[in-house]
Formats: sequence, C-alpha cells, structure tokens
Amino acid sequence: MTSRTVLTKRLSRDTLTTPQTGSVAKGRRNTMLRWGLYAILILFALFYLMPLFVMLTTSLKSLEEIRTGSLLALPREITFAPWAEAWSSACAGTQCEGLRPFFWNSVLMAVPAVAISTVIGALNGYVFAQWRFPGANLFFAAILFGCFIPFQVVLLPMAQMLGLMGLAGTIPGLIFVHVIYGIGFTTLFFRNYYVTIPQELVRAAKVDGAGFFRIFFSIFLPLSLPIITVSVIWQFTQIWNDFLFGVSFSGPGSQPVTVALNNIVNSTTGVKAYNVDMASAIIAALPTLLVYVVAGKYFIRGLTAGSVKG
Amino acid sequence: MEWLDRNVPKLVLAPSCVAILVFVYGFIAWTAWISFTKSRLMPRYELDGIGQYERLFAAPRWDVAMNNLFIFGGLFIVISMVIGLALAIFLDQKIRAEGVLRTIYLYPMALSLIVTGTAWKWILNPGLGIQEAVRGWGFEGFTFDWLIRPEMAIYTIVLAAVWQASGFVMALFLAGLRSVDTEIIRAAQVDGIPTHRIYSAIIIPTMAPIFLSAFIVLAHLAIKAFDLVIALTGGGPGYATDLPATYMYAMAFSRGDLGQAASSAMIMMLVIFAIVVPYLYSELRPRRDQ
Repeated sequence: MTSRTVLTKRLSRDTLTTPQTGSVAKGRRNTMLRWGLYAILILFALFYLMPLFVMLTTSLKSLEEIRTGSLLALPREITFAPWAEAWSSACAGTQCEGLRPFFWNSVLMAVPAVAISTVIGALNGYVFAQWRFPGANLFFAAILFGCFIPFQVVLLPMAQMLGLMGLAGTIPGLIFVHVIYGIGFTTLFFRNYYVTIPQELVRAAKVDGAGFFRIFFSIFLPLSLPIITVSVIWQFTQIWNDFLFGVSFSGPGSQPVTVALNNIVNSTTGVKAYNVDMASAIIAALPTLLVYVVAGKYFIRGLTAGSVKG
Repeated sequence: MEWLDRNVPKLVLAPSCVAILVFVYGFIAWTAWISFTKSRLMPRYELDGIGQYERLFAAPRWDVAMNNLFIFGGLFIVISMVIGLALAIFLDQKIRAEGVLRTIYLYPMALSLIVTGTAWKWILNPGLGIQEAVRGWGFEGFTFDWLIRPEMAIYTIVLAAVWQASGFVMALFLAGLRSVDTEIIRAAQVDGIPTHRIYSAIIIPTMAPIFLSAFIVLAHLAIKAFDLVIALTGGGPGYATDLPATYMYAMAFSRGDLGQAASSAMIMMLVIFAIVVPYLYSELRPRRDQ
C-alpha cells in the first residue's frame, strides 16, 4: 500500500465518522453515536448467537437440570451423554440407532450429487459464456427458470418417475433428483464467471488448433477455483440441508439426516429428551457450519463477483 | 469429424437441456394436466375442467394457507430487508472486528431450516423456554406463548425465518455498498454533505439491482418455506400456520388427494412466476457493457 492510499483511507475514515471536526461538542456527540453503533451491532450479534448458545448448552445438560434450570443458564454439570445418544441410540420413528446411519446417508447422497452437478454446471457455463450459438440465450433462460420453480410442482411426477426408474426410496434416486434441480444454479454460477474471461483468448487458442475440451482444460479449468468453491459450497449446503426431497423420495434405509432429525424431535415414545434433540440438531448442522466457517468468505467473495452483478 | 468438432458445444449442452425439458417443463405440464382432472389417490388423465381449483379456493384450509403466505411473506421480506440494510450500513462505518460480526450475522444461513426450526421450537416452548427464563429473572407476569396460540403462531415462523435470512441480506447489501464508486462519495464528503444524505441520496439509489436480487431471493425462500413450518409448528396449532407448501405436501402424501396437491402446486408456481419472470427478463436483457 502506498502512502497516498493510506492517506486517502484515513481521510475518508475521518470524514465519514466525523463530518465536521473542529467543534468539541460535535466530536463528543459523534463518540456517543459510535458507542450506540457498537451497542446495536453487539445486540444483533447476541440475537444471532442466542439459538446456537441455547442449543449447545441444552445439549450438555441433564434432563433434570433442564427441567429445574433456566434456558439461558450455563450447564452446572456438563454431560456428553445426550451427544452419545443422539449419535448412536436416539429413536427416529421406530428405528433406534441414532443419527449415525442417516448422517452417512447424507454424505453418500451429497458428495456425488455436488460433484456431478458442479462438473455439468462448469461445462454448461463454459458453452453459454464462450461458445454461443443461435438460440443459446433461450436455452439459458430455460435452464435459469428451472432454478426458480417451487419444487412442489415437480414432486408428484418425480415420485412416479423414480418409481418407474426403480430408484424410488434409494440414495441414487436422491442423487439424481439433486443433480437435476441443481444444474440451473451451477450453470448460472459458471456462466457468469466465464463471461468475464475475454473471448479473444478462446479465439487465439482456436487459431492454434485447440479444440473445445483442450481449451476448457488448459485455459478455463485452471482459472476456475473461485467459482468451483462457490458452486461446491452452494450445492453442498442446499443438498445437505434439503428436507423436501428427502422426506418425499427416501425410504426407511435412505433417509437423509434432516429427515431423521425431524423424526427424532417428533418421536413421541418415552420422555421428551430436549438435550438429545439439541445434540442431534447440532450434529445435523455441523458439516454445513464447518464448510461455512472454513470457506464462507470465499463464497461471498465469489458470489458477489458473479451472480449479484449478473 | 468436422461436423462433430463444430457441434461439440451443443452436444455438451444437450443432456442438460433434455433433462430440464423433461424434468422441469414436462413435469410442470404433467402437474398442470393432473390439476384439471378428478385424480384422487391415483393419477387419472381424463380432463374435468376447473373443479379442483374450485374445491381449492373453497377450502378454508387453503384460505388460511394463502393468508399466511401473505402475512409471512410480507413481514419476512420487509423485516429481513430493513435489518439487512441497517446492519450493512452500520458495518460499513469502519467497524472494528467487522469480520467477526459478519461471520456471526451470516452463519444461520448455513443451517438447515429443520435445525433452525428445532432450535426455535425449543426456545419458544412456553413451558421451559424463553418465557420461563424471563419469569425466572423476576418478571412473573411475562408471557411469550405465540407458538401455541393459533392467531400468533405464524409470527414465530417470521421470527425464525428473519433470524435465518437477514444476515444473508446484510451480506448482499454490504457487497453493494462496497461496490459504489468511492470517488463520488469522496466528492460528496468534500462538499460537506452529511453522511445520512450521502446514503439516502447517492449510495442507496445506486443499489437498486441489489434490492431487487434480495427481494427475489427472499420471496423465493418465503414461497418455498416448508421445512421451517414442519420443524417449528408442524402447521399447527390445528392448521393455523399452514402455508401453500405444507398444504400441497399434506394433500399429496397424507391425504392422498393428487388433484388438490397438483392444483395448489400450480398456484404456488403462478405466484413465483409473477415475481420471477420480470426479474429474469431484466437479467437477460442485452446490456451495453457486454
């Protein structure tokens, strides 16, 4: 950073927070404003953190302590028993094996679905951005529209179709559904990213005799890390968190973790174990939270570079 | 061989186009067709006019669902936008620890609505939740039992949905604020224009496309909101918090009434259509800068 940019930064900071310096009263008012600003920001932070805090503390309390203590109190005695129960013995409906089998169902479903839809989206986006043909815009609009349909409108025929294909109630069936309805977004991401790459590059490569795939693998793929990150995070979050397709199209052996979580929470057998519910909710949320904490900033950066500006 | 070379791009695109054609447009057509038949437990294909739509609009439960959609959708979109914009502007004042705050505001978006619903159901539970906690602090008369009151339960869904999505709106707006030309802002500052005027007269008007994007994303979330209702209230008490999405699901999978499921899905589709088509049109319109 040169000294000039530092100077302008400092200038803009001063002018933005204290528009007219000089009068002491004004300065004091601005200090007050500044404190108020921080107070509001921190209050909102507490609002966003509160449910996570409550989930975490509740999951570490015994049922006895939950009944007698306050929702917002820290646990007096920390117990990990609810976590163990949530993972391996809580009852989802009639099945009492905890979240573990369903967690693996979600992994088996999400990983291939994310990979396949990202690869397809990259190739589609590459065509739409760099290999335009008459009518391409119409196809792009048609695919884009698919992003926005309420899935309720395809639920009934998809149930029939999965039955016909012999995929009803299976994990490959869920992968299929997530790939189909994920293509729209992944295509949009890659197309918006690849249009920013100059077309002269492709033209020059064509002159040199490089073909469609050669240009993709040697020019576009190496530049694609930011948008691959966006696509993978988006798809993983969507698919891992999906409930509608999971509850509509899965069978007893293929339910994803969100469906199992809902079943555990709504299990009516025995005593209502709030601590187990909360531990289950955190377990179901951990993978997407982790992805978000590790790679979230790349997501926002990539997204704002692509889809927001259109 | 030369033909193949020339048509590789189209061949690459073809499977996706066929899939979208069948699984989006074909399926919409199928649902539309079924909505004009007397289908009950099994699909029947003889057309029967608009009987299903008449039944749908005569059903009190659908009435509640549509009302709830407008209450929920309206409040959810407006509150999320207001909070999102306010937080973005506040965070844009060279705040210390901005990164930490941003992360905190944004993380709910990473959660499944089922997780969000489960957490808020526990917090709002009148027996052991926040009501009891506040009473424990000495406010004996404090009541916060919206979750079990039919006329108030829909607002708990608004609360949880705003909690989930407002941080995301903040991120959109913040990105927008940062992309405004700093030269213009600096010029305005040099001219002594007060900060609030700089925002209201210069910065916010240039962010119109972001308002539109945020609106589309939120409207889309509102109409599809299904998981949250299932996890938070299960549509109850009674069917007080039904939304079109839960109505459709109940008809399709627990009532075995395909005709009603199809016609309610078509209405949802039309509502989204009315919002999204103008947006897509503006997105795809040829631009001068391309």
